[in-house]
Amino acid sequence: MNIKKPLLVIVLLLVVLVLVPWLIHVSGRWDFYYTLTSVALLSIASAGVWLTFYIGRINIGQGAYTLIGGYASAILVTKLGMNFWLTLPLAGLICALISIVIGLPILRLRGVYFAMVTLVLTEVARLTALALPITNGAKGIVNIPMPTELSFFGITIIPDFGTLENPKLAFYIASVIMMVLCYAALYRIVNSRLGHLCRSLQQNEELSASIGVNTAYLRVLAYSISSFMGGIAGASFVSISQSVYPSSFQVVDSVNFMLNCFLGGLGFVLGPMLGTLVLYFGWDLLFTLGKYQLLIYSSMLILLMVWLPNGLLSLKLFNRGAKKK
Amino acid sequence: MTAILEVDKLTRRFGGLVAVNNISFDVKQGEILSVIGPNGAGKSTLFKLISSFLSTSAGEVRFKGEKVSDLSPHVVARKGIVRTFQETTIFRSMTTRENIIIAHHLRSKASMAGYFWGSAQARRDEATFAKSADEIIQFLDMQGIADELASNLPQGNLRALGIAIGLATDPEILLLDEPFAGMNHDETMQMVDLVRSVQRERGVTVMLVEHDMPAVMKISDRIVVINFGEKIAEGTPAEIRSNDKVIEAYLGSEDDAIGI
Ligand SMILES: Nc1ncnc2c1ncn2[C@@H]1O[C@H](COP(=O)(O)OP(=O)(O)O)[C@@H](O)[C@H]1O
Ligand SMILES: [Mg+2]
Repeated sequence: MNIKKPLLVIVLLLVVLVLVPWLIHVSGRWDFYYTLTSVALLSIASAGVWLTFYIGRINIGQGAYTLIGGYASAILVTKLGMNFWLTLPLAGLICALISIVIGLPILRLRGVYFAMVTLVLTEVARLTALALPITNGAKGIVNIPMPTELSFFGITIIPDFGTLENPKLAFYIASVIMMVLCYAALYRIVNSRLGHLCRSLQQNEELSASIGVNTAYLRVLAYSISSFMGGIAGASFVSISQSVYPSSFQVVDSVNFMLNCFLGGLGFVLGPMLGTLVLYFGWDLLFTLGKYQLLIYSSMLILLMVWLPNGLLSLKLFNRGAKKK
Repeated sequence: MTAILEVDKLTRRFGGLVAVNNISFDVKQGEILSVIGPNGAGKSTLFKLISSFLSTSAGEVRFKGEKVSDLSPHVVARKGIVRTFQETTIFRSMTTRENIIIAHHLRSKASMAGYFWGSAQARRDEATFAKSADEIIQFLDMQGIADELASNLPQGNLRALGIAIGLATDPEILLLDEPFAGMNHDETMQMVDLVRSVQRERGVTVMLVEHDMPAVMKISDRIVVINFGEKIAEGTPAEIRSNDKVIEAYLGSEDDAIGI
């Protein structure tokens, strides 16, 4: 629409792909790559949760889909020898399919009922992973190879991560690109008629149906996109850590994905990204407080939500024409 | 005039309670038909059955000869039967114009993917909707509140917006559940004129549930009276006014006066 938005994306890309690696390079804090990669991937999963919020459903079950996505990719890579880059979209699709089956019945529920059911989902996923032979129970799947080369007609698109001298940087770049793509898609959804339809669901589901919106379909569509994002985030995490266990993603992760959205702001596309960043670093910064870490962290969250019920992005500081259509 | 809608032995039970009991009547093309009756008579339930928001226990509803009961609400809406509710009937966090634009959904031709990518058809849809929304805003004289958030609108405007949303769906039959509730005399008379012009100028068949008897008598071509889920009378306003059963039903209840 205007030139500002592409410019913003270019600036963002320059920051994350040039400035950040340069800073890490000069400061020698190589561990930061892993931290920032995690933030990028977590914010992808949170973006999915945000989309379910956008249709008026409190989703505390994203951990289930990150876990399923992680296992899907791990199994495809280790058992079938598939290329990781192929398993990545497949993991997303598998999650989307599963979420359709699960979503069809549970998306009829609203409010706290839907939230409670999704809360259970993560635990169900964990128990399933423990029980199934293919997921190898509590031992999990380990020694998953690094992503191998992806090439089309002999042209290398993505190099073999195993041969790279700095795979951390490669994972960082891949994750950031994925994050940008996911948020671009989310932005597009929200600002197209699709987003308006989602908002109509959020505000008045009956009326939405009576003006002819296939509400059941739209709910499932949003939920499956959400789960797709959870799936690819989970698959990427597993590939980085080269292992996956039933406890890789737990209820607390699901809760965190939801908190990221709340904290950043449910009315803003970039809300979950900012929320993830703040929560992740906030938790780390409080590490020095030892056993009081959780207490102070939770209290601060509660206070923040009381003061800023619409999230951090509702602060005037950020809000210069942000959510003005 | 031919029957556009046939309600045929319609019944709905809630547990032991028969909210709608074996009700039959026809709605004629282009008329305004009111459904009246004391509180709890089953009027809203009847409208929900017609719009498939509730499933029937027995009987059926036919629209142009085709069964439309026991489908999904959005499918029935697509066929041209659109209901506004007794409760809030708007999207609160959207402006008047956004409310009306979103309500054009039934007319959209582009696919969901088309909207995502911004296909040519999606852009054509958007342009059509915006234009039609402006026409509806003009028609209902809502220019002053077009960009106001719906949650900031006074009651009278909300009801008008409810009608605007109904119109945007381009319905053949508009079901209005208590469109005049909470309005004073002047506002009611304005709405009566509005509903009349919707029927005359847009050729929409209107069914409405209403308690305001003077308004009902003024606006209706025909009236169906129900009491305890059963139809007790049907006819023109003049016939209903002099119907013994109706007078009895209304005298028997405390909270309603027929106003005659
Ligand atoms: N979903 C429901 N479950 C149980 N009973 C209901 C339900 N909806 C309506 N009823 C009952 O059906 C009867 C008719 O209700 P309704 O159609 O809302 O009446 P009206 O609109 O004429 O005031 C009432 O006794 C009401 O309590
Ligand atoms: Mg009612």
